[in-house]
Amino acid sequence: MAIITDMFRYEFMINAFAAAGIAAVVSGVVGYFLVMRAQTFAGHALSHIGFAGATGAGLVGLAPIWGMTGFTLAAAVVMGLLSERISNRDVAIGVVLALALGFGLLFLHYHTAFATQATSLLFGNVLAVDRGMIATLAVLAVVTLAALAAIMRPLIFASLQPELAEAKGVSLRFVSTAFLAVVALAVAQCVQIVGVLLMFTLMVGPPATAQRLTTGLWSGLALAAAIAVGEAWLGLTLAFYTDWPVSFCIALLSGVGYFVAVTVPTLRTGRAVLEHAHD
Amino acid sequence: MTAAVELARASLRVGSRDVLHEVSFAIRPGEFIGVLGPNGAGKTTLLRAILGLLAPSAGTLRVFGRTPHRGDASIGYLPQVRTVLPDVRLRGVDFIASSFNGERWGLPSLSGTDRRAIDAMLERVGAQDLSRRPLAEMSGGERQRLLLAQALIGNPRLLLLDEPLIGLDARHQETAIGVVADACRERGVTVLFSAHELNQLIGTLDRVLYLGNGRAALGTVNEVITAPVLSALYGTDIHVVHAEGHIFVMSRGRDVEHVAHQHEHGHGHHH
Repeated sequence: MAIITDMFRYEFMINAFAAAGIAAVVSGVVGYFLVMRAQTFAGHALSHIGFAGATGAGLVGLAPIWGMTGFTLAAAVVMGLLSERISNRDVAIGVVLALALGFGLLFLHYHTAFATQATSLLFGNVLAVDRGMIATLAVLAVVTLAALAAIMRPLIFASLQPELAEAKGVSLRFVSTAFLAVVALAVAQCVQIVGVLLMFTLMVGPPATAQRLTTGLWSGLALAAAIAVGEAWLGLTLAFYTDWPVSFCIALLSGVGYFVAVTVPTLRTGRAVLEHAHD
Repeated sequence: MTAAVELARASLRVGSRDVLHEVSFAIRPGEFIGVLGPNGAGKTTLLRAILGLLAPSAGTLRVFGRTPHRGDASIGYLPQVRTVLPDVRLRGVDFIASSFNGERWGLPSLSGTDRRAIDAMLERVGAQDLSRRPLAEMSGGERQRLLLAQALIGNPRLLLLDEPLIGLDARHQETAIGVVADACRERGVTVLFSAHELNQLIGTLDRVLYLGNGRAALGTVNEVITAPVLSALYGTDIHVVHAEGHIFVMSRGRDVEHVAHQHEHGHGHHH
């Protein structure tokens, strides 16, 4: 017990737990649909575009999170509107992604004081989160989840059966644009915790693990959020006692969680098949 | 009586080509219509027009006396092109539930009544076990049965089934035809059932709608499946061979339906 309470004697740990908890819930829930729609690469591209936004914001004196939110949102809307041509094309996304990182580098070049923050942006720095950031994350989280709730029904329909959804009057373009905007907001929050390069650890790992463990919609969403929060908090705890970087710890748990979820049921089925063969 | 589907000198244009040119026919409510014809003859295009996804470039198209509108809840539809996300692990019941009022905003819901309706229909198409199984673990035929059950739920007045038999083995093809026929006879649902092969449907269908060469012929099997009618639709000499209750449509000694079917598998989807 003392081992747990020890951590919470530090305000930065309490802040980190709060911020990571908020961002993890959003990442798990939004990531569930990202995985379902097989759009994880688009999510990754958005985070890189966010990097350019954050460094660009530094150049004009804005807080990085607003540059990031603004850039990812704008990029999401453009990608959504061009959806037939871009959002699911790996090559186009790859080009946009590289271009965005290039701009990020350029902005850093002209704003050298900001360079020290580049590592935080790329790999996250949850231990430096303050009360103001927690409030910002909370507001963004409410907006993100409310927007997702508003489009969830047509989003699922359009993801699973686009041809039928279109015939029933769903605007595939609107739904996919709105969803990418939701992803953009989620990415901006997720990056505050684990960084641009490791956003998959919260947005892809936990939902993919959850979808391995349950096939229900609501149980899948709940489990994705729970696993994301669990891995984020366990990662923080692990980092506190080992002095390893937090993002590494979360990445480790996210990866291990997924591989266990993939292999364990397979082993079980394999054994069932063997037992069946002996009957 | 108002026709279920009525075309009057209607043309359907895709790109710069009239897939159907000044076609007229009327399908009566409660009829089971087999929609046949070579690839590219306009089967899918016709169904899309009935759904209100494509307006006629000339003439009129009416569905139960009205201009078709997108999102008509009284039409059950099974599309020919069916996107398959390989890694979706959602179970069958949630997959089907996603189509219930799927165009409305807000959170998805699955009431007890919905769940029972889904389970009952899955049982009728011989797929009750699919309710709990993840999509990623279903075969093409199993997904197909899931979609067929989905199209039948919710008491549609009109069923548009675009190649519902593709991917099903012989036993499940029979079940599928039987379930659709039951809906047609018991509930008076009008059915447009597109297929590559006439023989499977011969005992079930009321009339055949044969498309080809921009034209359409609607009538009984004996009226439509004849050398002169089909020769005009195919634009080539067609022979119709009757053998042991089966009908073979031959061109230069080859079975055109069989050839068309192979073509479909070799080249993917055609509109």
